[in-house]
Amino acid sequence: MLEAIVLPPVLKKMGYPRLIISGFLLILFIMTPFVGISLPMQITNIINRFSWNAVLVLAMVPMIHSGCGLNFGIPLGILAGLLGGTISIQLGFERFGGPVSFLMAVLIATPFAVLFGGGYGTLLNRIKGGEMMIATYVGFSTISFMCMMWLILPYSSPTMVYGLSGNGLRPTISLDGFYNQVLASFLEIDFAKIARALNISLGALEDIKIPTGSLLLFALLAFLMWAFLHTKTGTAMTAVGSNPNFARAAGINVDRIRTLSVIMSTWLGAVGILIYQQGFGFLQLYNAPNNMTMPTVAAILIGGALVNKASIANVIIGTILFQGMVTMTPTIMNAVIHTDMSEVIRIIVSQGMILYALTRKTEGSK
Amino acid sequence: MSNKKSASSGRTLLDTARNHAVPIMFIIICAIFIPMAGFSPSYLLNEIITRMGRNLFLVLCLLFPIMAGMGLNFAMTLGAMGAEIAVILVADWQIWGIPGVVLAMILSIPFSAFLGFICGTLQNMAKGREMITSYIMNYFIGGWYQFVVLYVMGSVVPIIHASIMLPRGYGIRNTVSLLHMRQCLDDLLAVRIGGVKIPVLTFILVGLLCLFIVWFRRTKLGQDMRAVGQDMQVAKDAGINVDRTRVISVVMSTVFAGFGMVIYLQNMGNLPTYTGHAQIGMFCIAALLIGGASVERASIGNAFLGVVLFHLMFIVAPNAGAFITGDTMVGEYFRVFLSYGVITVALIMYEAKKRMNKSRAGRELAEAQTRMREEAGR
Repeated sequence: MLEAIVLPPVLKKMGYPRLIISGFLLILFIMTPFVGISLPMQITNIINRFSWNAVLVLAMVPMIHSGCGLNFGIPLGILAGLLGGTISIQLGFERFGGPVSFLMAVLIATPFAVLFGGGYGTLLNRIKGGEMMIATYVGFSTISFMCMMWLILPYSSPTMVYGLSGNGLRPTISLDGFYNQVLASFLEIDFAKIARALNISLGALEDIKIPTGSLLLFALLAFLMWAFLHTKTGTAMTAVGSNPNFARAAGINVDRIRTLSVIMSTWLGAVGILIYQQGFGFLQLYNAPNNMTMPTVAAILIGGALVNKASIANVIIGTILFQGMVTMTPTIMNAVIHTDMSEVIRIIVSQGMILYALTRKTEGSK
Repeated sequence: MSNKKSASSGRTLLDTARNHAVPIMFIIICAIFIPMAGFSPSYLLNEIITRMGRNLFLVLCLLFPIMAGMGLNFAMTLGAMGAEIAVILVADWQIWGIPGVVLAMILSIPFSAFLGFICGTLQNMAKGREMITSYIMNYFIGGWYQFVVLYVMGSVVPIIHASIMLPRGYGIRNTVSLLHMRQCLDDLLAVRIGGVKIPVLTFILVGLLCLFIVWFRRTKLGQDMRAVGQDMQVAKDAGINVDRTRVISVVMSTVFAGFGMVIYLQNMGNLPTYTGHAQIGMFCIAALLIGGASVERASIGNAFLGVVLFHLMFIVAPNAGAFITGDTMVGEYFRVFLSYGVITVALIMYEAKKRMNKSRAGRELAEAQTRMREEAGR
């Protein structure tokens, strides 16, 4: 409806919501120096948050490609990741150093992710057309199921369980001494340290700190995803997403490809949450995975993905725009009008973005 | 022929058992949990009756969109938000008691009708994805609600009484006390039988809504709605304005949800400003489904049975959980798990059935075509 208004072709390709959000972010950037906030600091924050979230957003791609729609069931992957993380801590792999503990977390999470993803994929194959709604509720019910499990499972590591009763995991577990910052500190570029080493002052630039390891891992996973989408199976996945009937006629086993895409999505979700945690420094259990779904879905949509079409570029652009908005608004808003409206803006923008994508006329996912 | 008949009757028996699987399961759960929880029967009865009065009206308003084939209306919370805004205003004007309740109901109509209209229009733009759209809608409007209540009220909309305002001078407090409105509807014609209070007036209101639903089904509009719910294309060919009918069903649902929310709030006696509406949608939908409703069919009986079973389970689950595992929290999570679980299962059954019907229709069509071809060949 809005598209009827004439726009230059380039801008038209971007679409209104992305245009508005980019514009908003640009204004925030321009305002930064005027309200007395360090711009390099803000950029560091955005890069940091990008490195935490990018893999989670990447997890959306396979399922969108295979026509399963937006993966509102990402909590399944997150739970697999949390299981990996907690079991790695429980078994005490930090003895061999933080990186080993992280690696073990990923390795332990993998079978869970494959199992969850396999089951979830088989379920989604039986309810083609209603994936998104059911994914949401599969996420909710598994989260509440795992809430019980976190209390019941026989964890005993003193860093994780409630101090008094000695059983049941705490809602927030600090990763200090485990795999906190293991990726971020790998080859980290810290301008303050460089300045100190060279004995010069870089001024405001000293605030810049780049978590190279996390970014490299994201780049690797994104490259693998891109490469995969160009293999035979990957092309088949795209075919299944854009026209399942055609794909079936071409001799592709549609259900198998869809299940594969769900397993990939779930595994990426598991790895994504582990990367998020190592950056954030805490492991959040119980209802916390609920809060990851909407921002992740919104991010890839802001990046320009459709309900049935997504690329790596969408992931990168979307994560930067969304995380930029999330980090910039509170600080700038606080400085300008002394109230924090960021939470409200975040909700309206992310949910509005999802609504916009849902109400657009698209083929497939019907 | 007779063989076929008996097979089909066997299937209907199986179908009935399958259709009532959820209520039967919950009756069993409740039967196991009640002795474990160790509540006295009069306490349980009292709680159930209170909760029936509190929730029935809200659950019933879900029936309209189901009638129009739009599935479970997760956006019924929009009506709840409209009612909350109305209640805040009424509380600020210090109009209490029955007049306050009536005024809040009247005042909620424009808000919930407007929100319902937006929701219905968007759902029309996303045909085939109505439920997820209404679900996201409820968060989206939730954001706007927060914006209005937290920033607009007190700064643009005048709020007279500081008691409901945040100390900073605008925005509404986390809880608005409705002490002077508390249970005024419930108490007005209340009857006490052996220590159990029955809020007669509230039940009369619920009864009126039931009568309205029964009557409405027979009107032209109600018939249209059911036709649209059966098959949109056929309804369109029959000259029904499909989009308009669908929007009306959503608007009716949100407006009645607004009334229901006012009843709910006067029973609770306080308004949790920012969280009041959040759980309503899920609890009402879970209750309706537990009563044996499905995504495409729901009756008044489902609503009654569902509210009783759901809340019975809800009351006894924490204690039963504590009895089994020694931890109350497990019971708390268990009841949340059950409510989400039942919605998940209902949605899966609905989608699986839809696909089955579709493939059956396709097969029948193919069979008919081959038969026709054979006949033509002959």
